Amino acid sequence: MTLKRALGALAVLIVLWLLLPTLVIIPMSFNSAASFNFPPKGFSLQWYENFFTDPSWLRALGSSLQVALVTMVVATSLGIMAAIGLSKVKFRGKALLESYFLTPLIVPGIVIAIGLYSLFLRFNLLGTLPGFVLAHTVVALPLVIINVTASLQGVDPRLEQASATLGAGRLRTFFSITLPLIMPGVTAGALFAFVTSFDEIILSLFIQSPQLQTLPVKIYNSVTQASDPTVAAVAVIAMLTSVLVMLTAQFATRKRKRVSA
Amino acid sequence: MADIASTRDRGNRSTDDGGTTKQGREPKNWRPFLLLIPAFVIVSFFFLAPLIDVFVRSITDPTLGIQNYVWLFTTPTNMVVALRTFGTSFLVTIVCLLIAYPYAYLMTIVSDRTRNMLQLFIMLPLWTSILVRTLAWLVLLQDTGPINGLLESLFGIGPLPLIRSTFGVALGMSQVLLPFMVLPIYSALAKIDKRLLPAAANLGARPVTAFFTVYLPLSRPGIFAGSVTVFILGLGFYIIPALLGSSKEIMMSALMYQQISGFLMWGHGTALGIFMLTTTIVVLALVGRLSKGTSLFAGRVK
Repeated sequence: MTLKRALGALAVLIVLWLLLPTLVIIPMSFNSAASFNFPPKGFSLQWYENFFTDPSWLRALGSSLQVALVTMVVATSLGIMAAIGLSKVKFRGKALLESYFLTPLIVPGIVIAIGLYSLFLRFNLLGTLPGFVLAHTVVALPLVIINVTASLQGVDPRLEQASATLGAGRLRTFFSITLPLIMPGVTAGALFAFVTSFDEIILSLFIQSPQLQTLPVKIYNSVTQASDPTVAAVAVIAMLTSVLVMLTAQFATRKRKRVSA
Repeated sequence: MADIASTRDRGNRSTDDGGTTKQGREPKNWRPFLLLIPAFVIVSFFFLAPLIDVFVRSITDPTLGIQNYVWLFTTPTNMVVALRTFGTSFLVTIVCLLIAYPYAYLMTIVSDRTRNMLQLFIMLPLWTSILVRTLAWLVLLQDTGPINGLLESLFGIGPLPLIRSTFGVALGMSQVLLPFMVLPIYSALAKIDKRLLPAAANLGARPVTAFFTVYLPLSRPGIFAGSVTVFILGLGFYIIPALLGSSKEIMMSALMYQQISGFLMWGHGTALGIFMLTTTIVVLALVGRLSKGTSLFAGRVK
């Protein structure tokens, strides 16, 4: 019992270490002084005002949202198809193919980044919307496949057979039987894909151009080149966006658990 | 992944048992392959092809040959950078392991509700980007930051090098990588039969002995899985070392960036990339073999 209590105390410390430091960025964003010194002095909304009146910051936010939304749509469509395909085929190299789709998660991002940089240089894709979307899709796709695959496991294959027996074509069966059943996994996968793209920095740093910069790239550049306190406000906005999306994903998976239980 | 595959196989078998006729089976065998094509094409063009490109550049830029690898292994600073990268990643792995193990153990002895909460707390940090979290550390650890301020007013010691040092890098990286250690260890610990420790005690083992001879060996698959993930992910970190580390003590990813973006030495940068990739594969293969051995052992004990 004493061991459990000691472990509990340790766990509290660990959780505080995980969560508290990041929150420091929130008071910093309301700083009335133009510095990163903590604690902030006074209260002001000037950095938020800066953000919402500076066209270059707004353009970066717009680019990020655009790239993330298109990536979400592309990665989710490809991911659903791949997950369903993998659940239906049976052949020798299947496990290998499955790992192939998931390897972008484990290969060091910097190595993919220099490869994409080299490739995009040749095909003039640097700093373009398709370039960003394709690069982000590679790292977002595995998350969609994992989530949809997990959902597919809960689907009774006899339902699809029943649908076919009743005369529904493959497409109709998919849209009226399979898709609604795997919707929680699809939603979670899509939202993960969105956040992955929205927060992605390492690939983006290499494939950026002055014409197209996503929000993380602009934050990074602004921290390393000029210390503009506006980044604190931008960081809070970026954090809120991904936390909100992930909260939604959390609810989607909750529902999945309840349905399968 | 193996679990997913085996469950799915079971699903497929039941489909077949459901009495599919030979005729109905024929199209079933090739049509699903079409569904795999788009993902396959994208991953091949924008993941595999870039990696091949990196390899090709490393042996052809500026001329065909292994000169870039000769440069890589004979330049002392490169080896220093490589050792620093491995060392930092190893340090982070150990720190995560020491923190994650007790946390994961606690998860196995609490109520379902508390366990879900503990799991949520571990996942929560993943909801915020590495960049934002690193910025926060930058504010806290800087020379004029609150931690140094506190140290000065309490103990009168001058600003410690909390950033632009391995300390800052290791602190930031451990915080980001901790979830990747906790989850595999927890799933290994959850599988261990709860009656084994009382059984060891009955046979006269002291708690410490029971832990080291029974519990710890059984948790080895989780330790291996978590450690290899943290170590490999750590090798490729770029943002945290760039913002919290010293520009004089760079890691491999920064060296790659410098060679390619700064000096346009594509050959050097890509050779470094292939070196990092090869290390990743070797570590994965080694630990895959080791942990297979342990899981066999664990199975036999049970």
